[in-house]
Amino acid sequence: MTPELYSSLSLALPELIIAGGALVLLMIGVYSGERANSTVTGLAVAILIGAGAWMLLFGGTGKAFGNVFVSDPFAVFMKVLMLIGSAVTLVMSVGFAKAEKFDKFEYPVLILLSTVGMMLMISANDMITLYLGLELQSLALYVVAAINRDSVRSTEAGLKYFVLGALSSGMLLYGISLVYGYTGHTGFDAIAATLSGADRQLGLVFGLVFVLAGVAFKISAVPFHMWTPDVYEGAPTPVTAFFASAPKMAAMALMVRITMTAFEPIAADWQQIVVFISIASMVLGSFAAIGQKNIKRLMAYSSIGHVGFALVGLAANTETGVRGVAIYMLIYLVMTLGTFAFILAMRRKDGNVEQISDLAGLSTTNPMMATILTILMFSLAGIPPLAGFWAKWYVFLAAINANLYALAIIGVLASVVGAYYYLRIIKIMWFDEPVGGFLPMAGELRLVLGASGAFVLFYVFFGGPVGRVAEAAAKTFF
Amino acid sequence: MLNGLEAAFFYLFAFIAVASAFMVISARNPVHSVLYLILTFFNAAGLFLLTGAEFLAMILLVVYVGAVAVLFLFVVMMLDVDFAELKSGALQYAPIGALVGLILAAELIVVTGGYAFAPQLATAVAKPTPDIATRTNTAALGDILYTDYIFYFQVAGLILLVAMIGAIVLTLRHKEGVKRQSISAQVARTPETGMEIKKVETGKGI
Repeated sequence: MTPELYSSLSLALPELIIAGGALVLLMIGVYSGERANSTVTGLAVAILIGAGAWMLLFGGTGKAFGNVFVSDPFAVFMKVLMLIGSAVTLVMSVGFAKAEKFDKFEYPVLILLSTVGMMLMISANDMITLYLGLELQSLALYVVAAINRDSVRSTEAGLKYFVLGALSSGMLLYGISLVYGYTGHTGFDAIAATLSGADRQLGLVFGLVFVLAGVAFKISAVPFHMWTPDVYEGAPTPVTAFFASAPKMAAMALMVRITMTAFEPIAADWQQIVVFISIASMVLGSFAAIGQKNIKRLMAYSSIGHVGFALVGLAANTETGVRGVAIYMLIYLVMTLGTFAFILAMRRKDGNVEQISDLAGLSTTNPMMATILTILMFSLAGIPPLAGFWAKWYVFLAAINANLYALAIIGVLASVVGAYYYLRIIKIMWFDEPVGGFLPMAGELRLVLGASGAFVLFYVFFGGPVGRVAEAAAKTFF
Repeated sequence: MLNGLEAAFFYLFAFIAVASAFMVISARNPVHSVLYLILTFFNAAGLFLLTGAEFLAMILLVVYVGAVAVLFLFVVMMLDVDFAELKSGALQYAPIGALVGLILAAELIVVTGGYAFAPQLATAVAKPTPDIATRTNTAALGDILYTDYIFYFQVAGLILLVAMIGAIVLTLRHKEGVKRQSISAQVARTPETGMEIKKVETGKGI
């Protein structure tokens, strides 16, 4: 083995562990049949944790495979978030799988393969790596959205996601081909070098727009958000929890990397685009969520809004801005996982319920669940001193430092509007007539919900160290 | 320029390719259309061979003739679509089709006529390395596919694996009451387990 290949492989070892692990688990699942579901899920979580631990303890930084794969502090930070999202959603799926006949061993295998794709997206330093990672991730997601194949809504979600996802892949490829045509390179570093040396041409801006449109689809930013509510509502709840957490981390990391490295010399061009999709996402996320009755749909609009807030930090194009995005994604991840642990626990004797009205009077029937969800909802709304407030604080701070006053003001107004529907849930839980409690929560859901609530409540005490880690990650680009 | 035997084969392949492509859209029977499509693919592969791209030629045969065209054939035979009715109005659109074709041809001529190669293009474009005379296409592709591009190659493999798992997860159903092969059980059968010998008394059934 040549020394370069050896160093490349050691940089990409976490990806190799997960890909190899997925193949082994596939064999275990195929040969032991239905019995192995819980074993496969457990091993999948162990593999994710192992890969993450290896990356944190021994993972180096550098570029691999001829400059197409990069491992740097930003990539490690986002990969850790993404791995936490994947592992926690897998753990949360166990109880649901038993209760709702959702026990297919392929589910954890597909989640692992999708995780490999997301890690490649985060580490992409070349358009081809970007595309391959994105397709690996998306293809697995299309399948898991439709994995409950006997349910019409699940298959509809999968098909809708597939058709729209294929369209967005097409736009992304078209953009990549234009960028390649106008710069002559596919590597991010080489594209940046070409762009900084010459005047930018109009055709290149078209390429930039198409590339950003393709990535914006994956983070479900307005105007590429149409699929989100239907897919979130139709997919089985553990799959929705996964959709709302890990892929958002990967796609946002990709958005940051592609703008901060490849298109860094034409920042003025992409900043306009990011400002527009940020404002549109914040406003639509706030207003469209008001009328929702299904809590999964509500979380879909909530995630659209939160992506808009995170993009405020990116629009600033500064180190504090990228730090803000990193912190925002971390806090969003924790809040989302906690909320979905709660949604998965909304079980009555006759199955899971998803309507917001089912929460009525939860404070009398299950005060502990109601209290933690109240904390999470306050945090999602951005009420100080909870974590959600600090997330918004950092991105708005960056926007104001970069003189984007209009963006910051619209953002604050949108978050005021958005607070309404979070507070409405709290009102329903505490002041409406009880409609009957839920079954006791499973242990793993209780753990996730409790940890998420504690993180959000006490973030103010350890926000400093978290901020420093995020700052080190953001320094990668400056 | 082409000359001699090479020219003869070029015109042969090109003529049959164009003629069979025309037959694909004009044949009445859809099965014949697919068969003409296969003939077109074969002639296109012949054209690739003439230019020295034997790898592309073989891939064209394996992928398009071996997989895609056979799939078409299955679809045409299994779906009961009345192609004759679909095609009945086709001729009345021929003038519009011809017009679109003419416009496209005119645009192509304008574009290629006004196209000038950049002076540095000759040096910028990578020459085919190694020389075709010393190393075949297939070997040269293999040389870089499994070394420089091993990363992309493996990721593409993972994507195909996901596609396969996805197709199985979403469509495979284990039906009850279907007799399946169990090789070990079938091989382990002996006359004692497989047969039951009864004495039948005269004039009575079992």
